Amino acid sequence: MTELLLASEIPTRLVHLSAIDIVIVVFYFGLVLCIGWYLRGKAKTAEDFFMAGREMTAWVAGLSFLSANLGALELMGWAGSAYQYGILATHWYWIGAIPAMLFLALVMMPFYYISKTHSVPGYLKLRFGEPSRVLSAISFAFMTVLMSGVNMFAMAKVMQIVLGWDINFSIWVSSLTVAIYVTLGGLRSAIFNEVLQFFLIWAGALLIPILGLYEAGGWSNLKLQIAQRTSERYVHMWSGLGSFTTNPMGIHWTGIVFGLAAVLSMGYWTTDFLVVQRILAAKDIRSAEMAPIIGAGFKMLVPVIVILPGLLGLALLPEKLVPESVAAVTGAHSYNEVLPLMLARYCGPGLLGLGVTALIAGFMSGMAGNVSAFTTVWTYDIYRPLINSRGSDHHYVSMGRWTTIIGVLVSVGTAYLVMQFASIMDYVQALFSFFIAPLFGTVLLGMLWKRATGPAGFWGLLCGTISSVSMWAWVKVDPSALRYVALSPHAKALAQDMYQGLWSFVVCVIVTVAVSLATKPMPESALTGLVYGLTEVPSVGDVPLYEKPLFWAAVVIIVFVVLNIIFW
Amino acid sequence: MISIWFFIGISLAVNGALILAAGIYQVLDPPANPGVVLFQLHANVWWGALLLAIGLIYCFTFAPRRRF
Repeated sequence: MTELLLASEIPTRLVHLSAIDIVIVVFYFGLVLCIGWYLRGKAKTAEDFFMAGREMTAWVAGLSFLSANLGALELMGWAGSAYQYGILATHWYWIGAIPAMLFLALVMMPFYYISKTHSVPGYLKLRFGEPSRVLSAISFAFMTVLMSGVNMFAMAKVMQIVLGWDINFSIWVSSLTVAIYVTLGGLRSAIFNEVLQFFLIWAGALLIPILGLYEAGGWSNLKLQIAQRTSERYVHMWSGLGSFTTNPMGIHWTGIVFGLAAVLSMGYWTTDFLVVQRILAAKDIRSAEMAPIIGAGFKMLVPVIVILPGLLGLALLPEKLVPESVAAVTGAHSYNEVLPLMLARYCGPGLLGLGVTALIAGFMSGMAGNVSAFTTVWTYDIYRPLINSRGSDHHYVSMGRWTTIIGVLVSVGTAYLVMQFASIMDYVQALFSFFIAPLFGTVLLGMLWKRATGPAGFWGLLCGTISSVSMWAWVKVDPSALRYVALSPHAKALAQDMYQGLWSFVVCVIVTVAVSLATKPMPESALTGLVYGLTEVPSVGDVPLYEKPLFWAAVVIIVFVVLNIIFW
Repeated sequence: MISIWFFIGISLAVNGALILAAGIYQVLDPPANPGVVLFQLHANVWWGALLLAIGLIYCFTFAPRRRF
């Protein structure tokens, strides 16, 4: 949603906050600062500061894992996508997340956990050597801090549109608050606030679907109203995916299954350190496996507060929402404003403040996630191996605190840069997606194929990334190339992302396999604890069936299948 | 250490109390133009009460004195 927010130069105000709403927002800021202050004494060692002491329970790690992904822009953007594409947007929450989260829990997490790595680049160092780690760490650190700035500006713009707040005020108040509580309490402070954010989001957003369904007369009536105002295709998840032209998104089921589910979501949920870091902070292997499963269970429910409000807007809002580009010219409301519009429709004094707090909390937790992940990767994977490998534990904690502050300031600088040069936003967002799919290919082969060698890991990652950048640039220069990259000239931007990710993953795998076969195998002794077949995966212990991760993963997958059949 | 669930309890209880108070005020002195759809359901009263109840349960269950 963010790329075209810049186009909207007409300051409008969707909602007006009362005194009680302001009190609720101010109370939230006070509480997160209190949590940071309270936790300042709990982050004295590097293990405390960067890994939260590795003592998080499955519930805290799982909710934080989900919350780090549940930012305000995510909520508003996907509600807008639901208005634009209908229930198809749910694919990004179900098949585009659940299988990947379960795969992380049951297949990949044991390797991350028993290798005791501090980060995903740290695993690449253990498995493939220093060049792979440095390539992945530098790209991740660079892109994370830039993304944080882009999101910061986008959120400040949203606050301007929704509440009429000054952009500079939004940027500085939110970023300084994040800087203070993460600098004080490290990852533990970020995780605590993410769990708090999770509850606030549900408390602030759940009322919209409840009241919306009441107004619409239930789910069946809602579907009828949507079908009357648009088409039957807006309320079916799979039945219109047999062709590129029979669904609102212009996507084929192969793009959803192979591009989104098999590559992009796998890449994001299993290798993006922003989310994986939360699981690495779990207290034991059972908690580390249970955390993504708990996250998956709640992820299946998120469409209730994100997709359903978009669908309700489609059926109930009197005006027709338009794309951002049209909204900027006509002054009409855009798709991306559907969530605040629904909030304003149902929520009076107090509830409105809670809803706005949920959006602010979402933004701040996302930023804290970016900053804490950046700090860890910078300190462990760039500063320590390349600049100062002999520092004391205290020195690295200090470096982490300073990096947090510098990371926030760079993010603020990026936000102002985006304000001056709008096109940067498009490029930064596109660049971030370039690394995800190839990184998944590299990590996956590293964990499952013992023949993969160090040079192969590096070259596979590099070639996969270059291929992704090349495809994006090709379509940018020659839009007709879309028919080759996304297999159809009718494909929309989301569909292009799916296929771009798929091809870059394929390139990464082919190059990794080819280079591996042409280079000397690594000794098996060097791969113990890192590769499937050479590692004894630790047991979760002698626990009852209802405490076993495999049991709950089975429950989640059954519910997932049933939901897809119901909304077919 | 104070449990995270205690902080969540504080957040829900305070927000719930504020929303409930705002809702009760609107019930006692209804605005001429409520500005929201389904005002007659008084969502801020029962939603505020629900949040307050959940928050108090969390606060009581995870209060520091009960854990140490």
